[in-house]
Amino acid sequence: MTEKLAGIHPDHDFAAFLAKGRFLIQRSRSTGTYVYYPRVAVPGTGETDLEWVEPSGLGTVYSTTVVRNKPPVPHYNVALIDLDEGVRMMSRVVGIDPSEVTIGQRVRARVDAIDGTPAVVFELAGEGA
Amino acid sequence: MTGFPRGRTAIVGAATYGIGATPGESAIELLAKASLAAIADAGMVPSQIDAVFSMLPQDPFCAHAVPEYLGIRPKLIESTRTGGSAFQIHAMWAALALDAGLCDAVLICYGSNQRSASGGLVTSGAAPFPYEQTYKPRNPPSAYALAAARHMHEYGTTREHLAQVAVAARQWAQLNPDAFMRDPLSIDDVLGARMVSDPLTVRDCCLVTDGAAAVVMTRADRARDTPAPPAYLLGAACATWHKSILAMEDLTVTAASEAGARAYAQAGCGPSDIDVLEVYDAFTINTILFLEDLGFCPKGEGGRFVADGGIAPGGRLPVNTNGGGLSCVHPGMYGLFTMVEAVTQLRGAAGARQVHGADLALAHGNGGTLSSQSVAIFGTAATL
Repeated sequence: MTEKLAGIHPDHDFAAFLAKGRFLIQRSRSTGTYVYYPRVAVPGTGETDLEWVEPSGLGTVYSTTVVRNKPPVPHYNVALIDLDEGVRMMSRVVGIDPSEVTIGQRVRARVDAIDGTPAVVFELAGEGA
Repeated sequence: MTGFPRGRTAIVGAATYGIGATPGESAIELLAKASLAAIADAGMVPSQIDAVFSMLPQDPFCAHAVPEYLGIRPKLIESTRTGGSAFQIHAMWAALALDAGLCDAVLICYGSNQRSASGGLVTSGAAPFPYEQTYKPRNPPSAYALAAARHMHEYGTTREHLAQVAVAARQWAQLNPDAFMRDPLSIDDVLGARMVSDPLTVRDCCLVTDGAAAVVMTRADRARDTPAPPAYLLGAACATWHKSILAMEDLTVTAASEAGARAYAQAGCGPSDIDVLEVYDAFTINTILFLEDLGFCPKGEGGRFVADGGIAPGGRLPVNTNGGGLSCVHPGMYGLFTMVEAVTQLRGAAGARQVHGADLALAHGNGGTLSSQSVAIFGTAATL
């Protein structure tokens, strides 16, 4: 078991993909269960046959807040996004005023950077998404 | 068969110290002063304590430091570190250890000088977690704000409902001479205060104070000989469902629903039997969530339950009678203060804020970002 696990480095791999502009999440080969945030096994059931897959990038805002700052530091959005694959992630919805982000909005992922750190952020997905 | 020694242990000493601002005092000095007061309240001296369950938020080795400071060589030490929910968990283990005869007198104690030392909330060195930190939520407020926003979306809870919680806490605090903030507070004051993380303003957030609290627990047979009336521990349970708010499955349902159900089963009572409720109100949404999850109203009805002074003095249920974390004291981890207030109420020693005829009190703890939930139910001798 530990030999098999020795080759799994989820945090490192996720960050490495992200640094190359790629957003990948994990999926169990045997059960199809998606996993985020990256782990060494599926939570609860323990399958370790996780592979990296590209999600659709589409999701729905589950909840949202605006982090308020003293000017000139801008306010910014922090949101929880339910990906269509069934996993939830923390992120930011960008491209609109942070207070105009609302629960239920359809959003689409892209890789950007926040204060120099590569990050998956979301934009409004537009009609039909 | 719940496995819990219902009523076979009790809190026989309880004290707080340094609620508010205590410049020039270290955290362990505050803890020691509360502890010595609680031990004296129990009619004991420190050497009679043989188990020390301690928490100093900034000292990972407080389990060693606190007994040494007090001059105790404990048979048992325990420092479960789950944030503000730790102390009900300590009480749970204390009851089991006392009942098993592993020890005879347990000190549960906490102290923090976070206000005077740093002026900000104590953060206790959690591991890096880029899946959250990259997005810079202002935690803990932002995590609770996300829960509040979701509750508002699903159930029609309003910012005015949240403000009612803060105003009720302030009205209780005005009856408590020890409370840190006692000046009048209106709904408009809360709504118009500086926004921290939408929809929570600074008045939806707990205080940042210094403070210490301590209790002494013994077996019930020994409790009969102590000076103050014992507060018997009838049930105590905890539940943990997540750490990060991103891993909380439903932001409107906390693990207090599970911990509460188990504690009620142990105690042989239900929410309608509880005379006084002390919940961990780090943020106004907490009180609404925990009223629901502990069964005082249906899921989603918490906002309407607190409306029109529902939990203020003279309302339908006495909640957070000391003024809570919102208006009395919040020195980083508030959970032990809910237990001390429950004991004070059951002793009939709460002065102007006394809930008359209080026989059953529920003291709740919350840790992390709604992560760890704990419940302790105490009763007077009449409930045994």
